[in-house]
Amino acid sequence: MSMKIEKIVGPAIPLRGDDIDTDRIIPARFLRCVTFDTLGPHAFEDDRKQDPDHVFNQEKFQNAEVLFAGNNFGCGSSREHAPQSLQKWGIKAVVGLSFAEIFFGNCNAMGIPCAKVTPEDLETLYKVAESDPTVEFTVDVDTLTVSWNGGRVNAEIPAGVRDTFLQGTWNATAVLQQAEGDIQAVANALPYINNFQ
Amino acid sequence: MGKTLLDKVWEKHTVRELPSGQSQLFIGLHLIHEVTSPQAFAMLKELNLPVKFPNRTFATMDHIIPTQSQARPLVDSLAEEMVVALTESCKEHNITLYDLESKQQGVVHIIGPEKGLTQPGMTIACGDSHTSTHGAFGAIAFGIGTSNIRDVLATGCLAMSKPKVRQVRVEGELKPGVYAKDVALYIIHKLGVKGGVGYAYEYAGSTFENMTMEERLTVCNMSIEGGARCGYINPDQVTFDYLKGREMVPEGEAFERAVEYWKSNASDDDAEFDDVVVYNAQDIEPMVTWGINPAQSSPVSGHVPNPENLEGAEQTSVAEALEYMQLSGDQDIKGIPLDVTFIGSCTNGRLSDLRIAAEIAKGRKVAENVQAIVVPGSMEVARQAVAEGLDKVFKEAGFEWRLAGCSMCLAMNPDKLQGDQMCASSSNRNFKGRQGSPTGRTLLMSPAMVAASSIAGKVADVRELD
Ligand code: SF4
Repeated sequence: MSMKIEKIVGPAIPLRGDDIDTDRIIPARFLRCVTFDTLGPHAFEDDRKQDPDHVFNQEKFQNAEVLFAGNNFGCGSSREHAPQSLQKWGIKAVVGLSFAEIFFGNCNAMGIPCAKVTPEDLETLYKVAESDPTVEFTVDVDTLTVSWNGGRVNAEIPAGVRDTFLQGTWNATAVLQQAEGDIQAVANALPYINNFQ
Repeated sequence: MGKTLLDKVWEKHTVRELPSGQSQLFIGLHLIHEVTSPQAFAMLKELNLPVKFPNRTFATMDHIIPTQSQARPLVDSLAEEMVVALTESCKEHNITLYDLESKQQGVVHIIGPEKGLTQPGMTIACGDSHTSTHGAFGAIAFGIGTSNIRDVLATGCLAMSKPKVRQVRVEGELKPGVYAKDVALYIIHKLGVKGGVGYAYEYAGSTFENMTMEERLTVCNMSIEGGARCGYINPDQVTFDYLKGREMVPEGEAFERAVEYWKSNASDDDAEFDDVVVYNAQDIEPMVTWGINPAQSSPVSGHVPNPENLEGAEQTSVAEALEYMQLSGDQDIKGIPLDVTFIGSCTNGRLSDLRIAAEIAKGRKVAENVQAIVVPGSMEVARQAVAEGLDKVFKEAGFEWRLAGCSMCLAMNPDKLQGDQMCASSSNRNFKGRQGSPTGRTLLMSPAMVAASSIAGKVADVRELD
């Protein structure tokens, strides 16, 4: 069993823009590694170099634990290096308009809740974080809300995925293993497994 | 009500419904490579677990492999370390590895079909998003991340939510100079880069039925660029003819049994889809991307959009793209100057792609301002190309003929753009920095268009080459 994840509390970093792909989150040259441990400092490295004002460069956001993002966040490559670099950087939850599916699946498997909010609510969240980087946000997986001192918006996480956080089954290996006998039975019933002999 | 191929394959591979509502799906073929699996093997070691189905797992090395010299140890010591890690893991767990020494190495999505590993009705997973390629055979194939790779290694299964199915139908004959890549870029242009989120794409209609397997692979490869979780084409005689005689495909009576099984997985005539879109092949022209995602494209005869004519989010994203690409609104696509051209990748690095490009290169010369590179998708593709003399054609025309690998598709090896070079590429992604330089620029197009543009030294229309 993995750890139960009910809520994440912490300051947020407001990253504006749609279709931010995994090549931008972690450029391919940093994939030359056999562990994920060293990826944190390289999150958004190329974007940061080209834009000194990039939010990930700004001192005031360095303690952030929640990432606010736009539409189709994490599109592109399946590289888990992308959410791994964010996690190593300090991010524990992502709140955005929508997520690319493989990225979403990777985050789920790593215990990073990705919650969707409406465009109006995201704008509110962006503004609160931008005007005061010390504000603590609570991403509540149970009540499906994002709240802060005086404010609260609804968030959306698909029911099944939400359950895996609440029950501590997001690391699927142990859960999948439980069906040991059934796995073998399904495999045996597939004619291609024995090359149609 | 009839069933789709996805319904049938999903049903046969479902071990159980998980408490989360997801399905526990058995994965019939697991392909691995050097970049995304070493960490998964490390996780396995931590859990003290063996690989559950080593004989359903196949490995190769492609992403990090240099294309000028593949002598070991590799010059890049980090690359060497990754290659060694994969080799050791495969040895330890009895996994078949197509490495450099085997002379069978290549891009993972090229060698799966080439060896006959990829077959209709399978579930396939691989730690690379373009795993959707294998759907061309009527398989359900997912790109996954490293934690998921750990799950498949340890249990042979994935926890997955079943996608909806959108039938993407294209009818009619393609016009001369229009290729599978153009069809893929056209569909993504129409439906957008996130149009496919939540869906599997079933490609149907006479245009796909008339395609060769290699063309179908190109189309399914690009499914992920449209946001779809996977894409597939129902298996038919073209599929079976391609598979017959390949190394991992059964022979004789077993082959007949296989064909029956493969056929039984195709979508029923009365299958219902969650959505259907229909396009006309005659409307499709050679496509070129001008932006920083694969939906930002135009027919080659067209021009770059002008942000001034757009509003809201679209205006912002087009303006951002044009700034990065150093292109101006209303600029003609044709004539955009180039520095580098690249023919290769799992999208367009197969023999038929090289043949088409060579035909255009034959008797012509690459423009002086352009460095043109051809990277075969696998050692086998390279062997066949050499047997046909394609390497000579390319070299005589001034293209560099390289060794097999992913190369400038993602530029993890030494093949990289420098500074803000502009590259016409037959690969699949034009993201910022994708081809190795943080400011490098990529224009996606078919291999035929890349070849024609290499000769012209700027974006050219392959139909107008003299
Ligand atoms: S050629 Fe490109 S897309 Fe294909 S497997 Fe290699 S890196 Fe991935």
